[in-house]
Amino acid sequence: MNLVQYLKKHPFSFFLRMLVYVSAVITVTVLVFLIGYILYKGVPSLTLPGIFDWKFTSKNMSMTPAIINTVLMTVLSLLMAVPIGVFAAIYLVEYSKKGNKLVKLIRVTAETLSGIPSIVYGLFGFIVFVITLGWSYTLLSGAITLSIMILPLIMRTTEEALMAVPDSFREGSFGLGAGRLRTVFHIIVPSAMPGILSGVILAIGRIVGESAALIFTAGTNPVVPDSVFSSVSTLSVHMYALMTEGLYVDQAYAVAVVLLVVVILINALSAALARKLTKK
Amino acid sequence: MRKIIELIMKIVFLLSACISVLAVAVICYFLFSEGLPAIAEIGPGNFLGGTLWKPLEGLFGILPMIIGSIYVTAGAILIGVPIGLLCAIFMAKFCPAKLYRFLKPAIDLLAGIPSIVYGFFGLVVIVPVMQVLTGTSGKGVLTASIMLGIMILPTIISVSESSLRAVPESYYEGSLALGATHERSVFFAVLPAAKSGIMAGVILGIGRAIGETMAVIMIAGNQPVIPSSLTSGVRTLTANIVMEMGYATGLHREALIATAVVLFVFILIINVSFSLLKRRNDG
Repeated sequence: MNLVQYLKKHPFSFFLRMLVYVSAVITVTVLVFLIGYILYKGVPSLTLPGIFDWKFTSKNMSMTPAIINTVLMTVLSLLMAVPIGVFAAIYLVEYSKKGNKLVKLIRVTAETLSGIPSIVYGLFGFIVFVITLGWSYTLLSGAITLSIMILPLIMRTTEEALMAVPDSFREGSFGLGAGRLRTVFHIIVPSAMPGILSGVILAIGRIVGESAALIFTAGTNPVVPDSVFSSVSTLSVHMYALMTEGLYVDQAYAVAVVLLVVVILINALSAALARKLTKK
Repeated sequence: MRKIIELIMKIVFLLSACISVLAVAVICYFLFSEGLPAIAEIGPGNFLGGTLWKPLEGLFGILPMIIGSIYVTAGAILIGVPIGLLCAIFMAKFCPAKLYRFLKPAIDLLAGIPSIVYGFFGLVVIVPVMQVLTGTSGKGVLTASIMLGIMILPTIISVSESSLRAVPESYYEGSLALGATHERSVFFAVLPAAKSGIMAGVILGIGRAIGETMAVIMIAGNQPVIPSSLTSGVRTLTANIVMEMGYATGLHREALIATAVVLFVFILIINVSFSLLKRRNDG
């Protein structure tokens, strides 16, 4: 039955089908237009003089220090959040008993954490590190704030990955005389690795894209830091600074292109890893 | 020896798991201990009900910002939910497998784009278009609603899609067997059964929209007055914090933290209703 016949026979169903198609087309169009527009307008800006110079000056508005800062911020946040998040998930999946009150509390709080907007994290970091501890804006304050922010994400993805490991793996390992700890680290975690990694990569995406939580914790200083107690700006924050000054739209375009490319790569990598997990 | 290591590691795992409890407790403690005294000093009525925000004159009324946040969130829901829900229906029930392989990563990518990039896109594309269409500055309730509507799409789509997929296939087959078309079966048999899951997605979307900061600040205009029309400028709770935190001191700074407390309470209410809905879904 072709479409015209369908329209005559079931006009209402035809209408519903069109609604569904149009919405899907709108969604994809928005995405393609957004990425296409920024790449089209932004890629020429990548050749602005000095945009990738080693040193930032008010003349070249270089983003290289911001890129280095983003890498530092990511590494530092992951160093704190990944072990805690993975260990927490191991406890929830491998050690806790069902219906435990504490486990319920942990799940509820992790859910709460994932719902808190980044600006509230930023303000929390500001109150703790800048006001209470008197550190002023530092790389470390930003990293600690972000590590709390990504903790629920790491916990959830690791939990899902651990739960996907079949129980026969555990039973086999116990049957061969391995203890619980050995089973966890030699059998379960390695088989859950792709899932854990895909969560970590998603977390990297959150860190790279984050700006609201960092403005008042790590500051907006676009230079490479001497220590973890220096003020730094990551790419996203750097872009915000460029936009609010209003004079550097071309530079903001260049940063937007870099951010988009990074995000696309991160998404592709995470999806590839997740696919590897489901294939098994 | 082995037993001791086992025990130590078990305790390490347990402590790691408790970090999230600790984090929520610490966040609550610091926000409330810094914010509540300010609310007490300004007076809860003046703070929550005051329509004037003039920090230099000691007037700290955040009602315009509360209403602003509610307006743009409502706008985002009006725009994002229909499109997102229909797109989810497409993905769950209409989409050929080959197309799905591209569509699903595209939706994930939509979720991964940083909010600052959305804000930039809004500033260089949506704002100029609105300027031409409405003849105003282009920044305001409508612009912010469109932007936020786009930003909550991935949340709405992925939650709705998974709840549509969770509906037993027999609902759909039963409806087909009674002579309904594919479309009618999906819309009138499957969709109602997925209702509470979809509601949970909408609530999650509300949380996203109300907490969004960097994109909104670029395109909303940020005037601290109650907006009188769709095109007038609006300042949200989140924008209020980012705009002024950099230079605020004393009571002004505490009032901004108190703004975050109000936002935090909103989010907690949204979270609780989300988990209640989810529990009803699972149960």
